[in-house]
Amino acid sequence: MNQRAVILIALALLAACALPLLVSNYRVFQFTLVLVYAIALLGLNLLTGYNGQISLGHGAFYAIGAYCAAILMDKFGVPYWATLPVAGVVCLVVGFLFGLPALRLEGLYLALATFALGVSMPQLLKYHHLEKWTGGVQGIVIVKPDPPFGLPLSPDQWLYYFTLAVMILMFVLAWNLLRGRVGRALIAIRDHHTAAEAMGVNTALYKSLTFGVSAMYTGVAGALGAIAIQFVAPDSFNIFLSITFLVGIVIGGLASIPGAIYGALFIQFIPNIADEISKAAPWAIFGIFLIGFVYAMPLGVNGAIRMLIARLARKQQDGLRTAGSPLSENAAGKPENDSHTAG
Amino acid sequence: MDALIHQVLAGLATGGIYASVALALVMIYQATHHLNFAQGELAMFCTYLAWTLINAGFGYWAAFLLTVGLSFVLGVVIERVVIRPVENSPVLAVVVVFIGLLVILNSVTGWIYSYTIKTFPSPFPAEPLFGNKYMSSHEIGAIGVTLVVLLLLYSFFRFTPLGLAMRAAAQNPASAKLVGIRVGWMLALGWGLACAIGAVAGMMVAPIVFLDPNMMAGILLYAFAAALIGGVDSPGGAVFGGFLVGVLENVLGAFVIGNELKLAVALVLIIGVLVVKPTGFFGKVHVIRV
Amino acid sequence: MKRMFVPAAFVVAAALAASPALAQKKYDTGASDKEIKIGNINPYSGPASAYGAIGKAIGAYFKKINDEGGVNGRKINFVSYDDGYSPPKAVEMARKLVEQDEVLFIFQSLGTPSNSAIHKYMNAKKVPQLFVATGASKWNDPKNFPWTMGWQPNYQTEGTIYAQHILKNSPNAKIGILYQNDDYGKDVLQGFKNGLGAKTSMIVKEVTYEVSDPTVDSQMVQLQSSGADTFINITTPKFAAMAVRKAYDSGWKPVQYLNNVGAAVGSVLVPAGLEKSAGVITTRYLKDPTDKAFANDPAVLEWTAFMKKYYPDGNLLDSNPFYGWAVAQTMVQVLKQCGDNLTRENVMKQAASLKDFALPALLPGIKISTSATDFAPIQAMQLIKFDGKQYQPFSEVMGN
Repeated sequence: MNQRAVILIALALLAACALPLLVSNYRVFQFTLVLVYAIALLGLNLLTGYNGQISLGHGAFYAIGAYCAAILMDKFGVPYWATLPVAGVVCLVVGFLFGLPALRLEGLYLALATFALGVSMPQLLKYHHLEKWTGGVQGIVIVKPDPPFGLPLSPDQWLYYFTLAVMILMFVLAWNLLRGRVGRALIAIRDHHTAAEAMGVNTALYKSLTFGVSAMYTGVAGALGAIAIQFVAPDSFNIFLSITFLVGIVIGGLASIPGAIYGALFIQFIPNIADEISKAAPWAIFGIFLIGFVYAMPLGVNGAIRMLIARLARKQQDGLRTAGSPLSENAAGKPENDSHTAG
Repeated sequence: MDALIHQVLAGLATGGIYASVALALVMIYQATHHLNFAQGELAMFCTYLAWTLINAGFGYWAAFLLTVGLSFVLGVVIERVVIRPVENSPVLAVVVVFIGLLVILNSVTGWIYSYTIKTFPSPFPAEPLFGNKYMSSHEIGAIGVTLVVLLLLYSFFRFTPLGLAMRAAAQNPASAKLVGIRVGWMLALGWGLACAIGAVAGMMVAPIVFLDPNMMAGILLYAFAAALIGGVDSPGGAVFGGFLVGVLENVLGAFVIGNELKLAVALVLIIGVLVVKPTGFFGKVHVIRV
Repeated sequence: MKRMFVPAAFVVAAALAASPALAQKKYDTGASDKEIKIGNINPYSGPASAYGAIGKAIGAYFKKINDEGGVNGRKINFVSYDDGYSPPKAVEMARKLVEQDEVLFIFQSLGTPSNSAIHKYMNAKKVPQLFVATGASKWNDPKNFPWTMGWQPNYQTEGTIYAQHILKNSPNAKIGILYQNDDYGKDVLQGFKNGLGAKTSMIVKEVTYEVSDPTVDSQMVQLQSSGADTFINITTPKFAAMAVRKAYDSGWKPVQYLNNVGAAVGSVLVPAGLEKSAGVITTRYLKDPTDKAFANDPAVLEWTAFMKKYYPDGNLLDSNPFYGWAVAQTMVQVLKQCGDNLTRENVMKQAASLKDFALPALLPGIKISTSATDFAPIQAMQLIKFDGKQYQPFSEVMGN
């Protein structure tokens, strides 16, 4: 990563840390949800953006994570931070197991299979034989944790920092994973499955593992989300949630890590803005926003930003070239290889 | 035994609903190679148009034909105006545009017509055929209409040059252009036809489930499953899939697992079928060359 | 002489201090000399969007009150947000109303899951969660949740009334039940089973449906095949219409008890077919503006005039706006009783001090009563039967 990117990230982190101290608790709560969705979207992006496996059922993994946290906290008194690893592991296993039969399915058919998962989740959660654990249709109420060590923070602010820390950890893990062999293997499988197989990539293992890891990320997000909202109920996790996640990664930018954050901001705040614009048909306004974003930025917000940066860099290059700087052809009599820097 | 027959017949009746919407989905897939999430809402919106016409005094068949015509035009307009700008974008971006369309149609319809359910008339007689207690005349009639539409569609794609041109435009736009096919207009035509079929489906469905803006939401779920289990490029497969899903859902719910899990089990079974036959029962297997 | 002045002065001072109603205004956030800010959460989108008409009717009624001068000289500022019937969204909207918009209290939030999600939060923040739009029995718990109060008769009471009627009139009935697979459906079912007591063996078949199901035909066929002769129909309007119609078309024609939520003439029986609905039994506490029996009732006429002027887009064939009108009037009564003391505590106190408050929208004989230990404003209902044209009452008002 170049120096500019490092500086930008550091600034962003600084802003993120300062945020809860500057705004009301309600806004802190909303931004905590943005962080939660960012983790969930990164999970989905790993699977769909980087690995090309469409999932219309990630809401189910979010639900499993949420219920893990709720059941552990409510029925077994487990402390909130300990529920995250459990939610992660459970979803990793479930995701991997789901990924195995899904190996045979491509494109639309995989979308249908995941769609089936997403659609049937609420029914499974309401199943009366499981009611003892899941609380059935009544759901489970949980209590927000207080800040530890008597820190002078409100529970909302503490939860925000906790979520931020988890998010940074998971983002760094993903970044590490993606920039090495694993990342290249995933993208190879997405772009040309048969060729990747022919090159020796163990596609079956990679695809199932990606399913598992992707589910793990979304499951951890679900657990954090449950703690933030303090309530889980089966109908909160319907197919619309899965579709919202898909919308989030497309708007944010497929196959990009910052895209998860842009997408999370979109799915959290745009519905509220739409509601303020029109009381009569707010979702129509949301739909217009959706279509507008896709028209203007077909590669997502991240794609648009990268194009902008590339265009600015090229302008800078042209500017330097014509201004008689050492980089220009005139000065040294021989053309500098500025084509290397423009790459 | 009687209960089983009853459930199977009820399943065929609901299956007929899924089949007709699945047909519209397959139509648009064959024409554009996209699965249109907004198909249900388009069908619902066109049915409301029909309702408005009937309330304004048009007779049923006049309103029916007029609605089919209007739906065709609507489909063409949407393709040219809304879908054209994202023709070359990644698949998922197009999916998001469909979702946007879905949400807009649902919201606008609810705003114009409110959310209370309305009755929609049926062209078929009110008395059940032969006085049977299993299926109403309308349910039988709706299945008949679906089969007729299926036949027309099949003949269109198989035996007419226009149908061939449309299939070519969807499967290989570059080569199709080289042969002189106007790919853009083929896509628009495909959308128009799909919308018209959707409107017919909506008008057949509304008398059974009552007209309200959310009427297609549950049906679309099953229609997708039906289209894919039958093979997404096979209209006959879609209809077969629709009946299969309807009967499966009913029989499972009544005799095997109870209604509480019937959604989950029906869909698990579908996944099971797909694992064995990954392109559905009648879908074509695509061979990719490395 | 001097000795008498001082005690007299004391007496006068004490008298002045002991009458707080005298020109002493008390406000909590959301209330002022000019306005009372009331929050609301309603499903204007999503699967339950039909109920959005309630929020709109309430807003329209408050506008009428404002046009007439407001309550005790203060205008009502009604802030209503959409939660799409989703509990996480309801939590977010409740926090927005309380922490950002700083409303005095939240009124008529709709839906059991949404209200369950904000239940603890509202009580922890000590903000009234008044007259919630759900009939779940858990809202009547002043000891543990002193800031939450329901309004309509609870679902369990309704179920019990049906059970008791069956025990009395057809003790050998074979009962088949269709219910919506969510909190409301299960609540009515629970009340019904409680009412049967030891005789729950009378139930031969119980089937559920999801709101996402396209039809309930399969479930109806299952019930018919079970040999049941009495049908308990616990469904919401769209599915109620389908079930009533199918029960007739399939030749089953059982004795049918239809729950109150899905029994309105205009939105359920007309689509199902009036002849096919003959014999349906339900309970009622509000007048039904779509039932011909009330065509000339002064309350319905008043409501129709109100709708035409203040909510012209509203559907006169829908009983939801009528419900909204009635509950808004209850709210205005509570605000009137508050006078100039608009603290949250006083709002709850006044809500819990309604004594035999009569609303024109309620059936004669049904009144609203609350107390410090009774947070269930309406408890009475009346059994009515549809004769093919309108509903006819056939019992006294019970449950008072």
